[in-house]
Amino acid sequence: MDRFVSFDDRAGTVTCEAGLLLSDLIDVVLPRGWFPPVTPGTRFVTIGGMIASDVHGKNHHGSGSFCDHVLSLDLMIGDRVLTCSATENGDFFAATCGGMGLTGVILRATFRLLAVETAAMRQRTLRLQTLEQAIDAIEASLESTYSVAWVDCLASGGNLGRSVLFLAEHAQVNDLSREHQAQPFARRRGRRRRVPIDFPTFALSELPVRLFNKAYYAAQRPGDALVDIDTYFYPLDSILEWNRIYGRRGFVQFQCGLPLAESRSGLRRLLEQIAQGRDASFLTVLKRMGAQSFGLLSFPFEGYSLALDFRATPENLLLIDRLDAITAEHGGRIYLAKDARTNAASLAAGYPRLDEFRAVRQRYGLDRRFTSLQSRRLEI
Amino acid sequence: MSIPSPVLILGARSDIGRAIAHAYAAEGCDVILAARRVGDLERDRSDLMVRYPVKAELAEFDVLDASPDAFLASLGTQPATVVMVVGLLGEHERSLVDDAEATRVMNTNYVGPARYLLAAARMLEARGGGAIIGVSSVAGDRGRGSNFIYGSAKAGLTAFLSGLRNHLAKKNVQVLTIKPGFVATRMTAGMKLPPLLTTTPEDVARVVLSAQKSGRDVVYVKPIWRLIMFIIGLIPEPIFKKLSL
Repeated sequence: MDRFVSFDDRAGTVTCEAGLLLSDLIDVVLPRGWFPPVTPGTRFVTIGGMIASDVHGKNHHGSGSFCDHVLSLDLMIGDRVLTCSATENGDFFAATCGGMGLTGVILRATFRLLAVETAAMRQRTLRLQTLEQAIDAIEASLESTYSVAWVDCLASGGNLGRSVLFLAEHAQVNDLSREHQAQPFARRRGRRRRVPIDFPTFALSELPVRLFNKAYYAAQRPGDALVDIDTYFYPLDSILEWNRIYGRRGFVQFQCGLPLAESRSGLRRLLEQIAQGRDASFLTVLKRMGAQSFGLLSFPFEGYSLALDFRATPENLLLIDRLDAITAEHGGRIYLAKDARTNAASLAAGYPRLDEFRAVRQRYGLDRRFTSLQSRRLEI
Repeated sequence: MSIPSPVLILGARSDIGRAIAHAYAAEGCDVILAARRVGDLERDRSDLMVRYPVKAELAEFDVLDASPDAFLASLGTQPATVVMVVGLLGEHERSLVDDAEATRVMNTNYVGPARYLLAAARMLEARGGGAIIGVSSVAGDRGRGSNFIYGSAKAGLTAFLSGLRNHLAKKNVQVLTIKPGFVATRMTAGMKLPPLLTTTPEDVARVVLSAQKSGRDVVYVKPIWRLIMFIIGLIPEPIFKKLSL
């Protein structure tokens, strides 16, 4: 299930089996001048998973989500295989893109790639003192292809929403130093480190994270730099089994989207709540999202998305329930790909097309064939 | 040492065979995938050609019933490296009571591979050089009660490769014996394998390639197996026969 079927390196379209890893795709297409049009923050995902979650990247405001670049897919529903696209079996296509695997098994997909000249990124770094400044800076840089902000979620009061904004473009050949121009697609294969043990509980308690966040904020030099494509998109992939820093109990993720008009007020309330909890992670990510995609359960829609990880503790689970409530009050929604704990009402509040999705499943009897722990918990 | 190309992979459907095909293609070698019902491997063929700038071909092959010389002569391109991956673990308990099963295990692990590699040796000798790689097994290092039908056939293959190496030493044909130990594949799916002694098809492929390049003769994929089998070899037979290994 991880084979390439074909690759047209003139048109930049790939057909592959759904189990192909994104990292393998990049290894094959990047040296020939192509890159995935949308990529999540890790390379260790399959193409099928990217479709099922309709993943977004740091370029959603301009490029949409992954499924906006999918031309067609083959879907196995029981004993039949359907080819689905915008024009063929369109109801299946809209339900499958972002449908969390609940419409059948994705076998193969054809999608477009993005032409690039190099394996480097031109990155601009901005430090922003407050949430207001961060949002102003993001709104002022919407023409930037990639845009993502790291937020110090333990900063509070006058520092609430203190952020580092990373803007980036794919570098062109003449952006590279002369010695690199001969091999524009060379990638630095940094050493992969592996987290050797589960970290003890205190390692991620408030003080170390507070210190880390301060040091990280201070270390980010504002200005322009050339960075490696892997460093820009996949910083955590160089640390294998990074999840072990959360200790034996593991972690839970939370990601919500808020509509544009509600973003400033909603984000302020979320960050206040998180800072009060004093137990958030060092990786909190704020992104500007563009227009809603066609997928019935597709997550991204115009506004802002906030993503973060928490140690899995009873207190944090209660905190995340409060974040759910704030999200709903501001007309936002929860990202199914990150969810492990929300409830049916919170989910339904954010997805106006949920009933359409259920209808597609019922029409073809898929609701009895394909379920998951999540679909049962959330009554999808 | 550079790798003589193209590379013929006999038993290309197996997990180890697939991994070996990828490893050679990644090095830029053309590959010929040989297996039973080889049409099924068309998807693998196109996958290899998309991933790597190489040519990949398919060849119908059954280690048990085709004629080795005719098979090699029928290939569109003559291989310069021949890798024998075919193997059959079988069910030991069944082999003990079922002559057909025992015969199948013996033929698949020894008679068939030896006949094909003998034919390959004639072809490479006539060609003036090349490489023969046989995937044998640590199970062939000493017959044990739990798997000696498979093990004895692999012991035969190991001895065959050793003698063939000797025979071809001055003929510019490298003969490499690979002993993987436990490998997590479909063949061993469901078995409880000790993690420290178990390797992956990708690791086997990497070792095959580097051993060929550095001109090695006999390679244990995980070096610990050389020590383990050495110790097992030291146990005196009067004691060994009473152990359950």
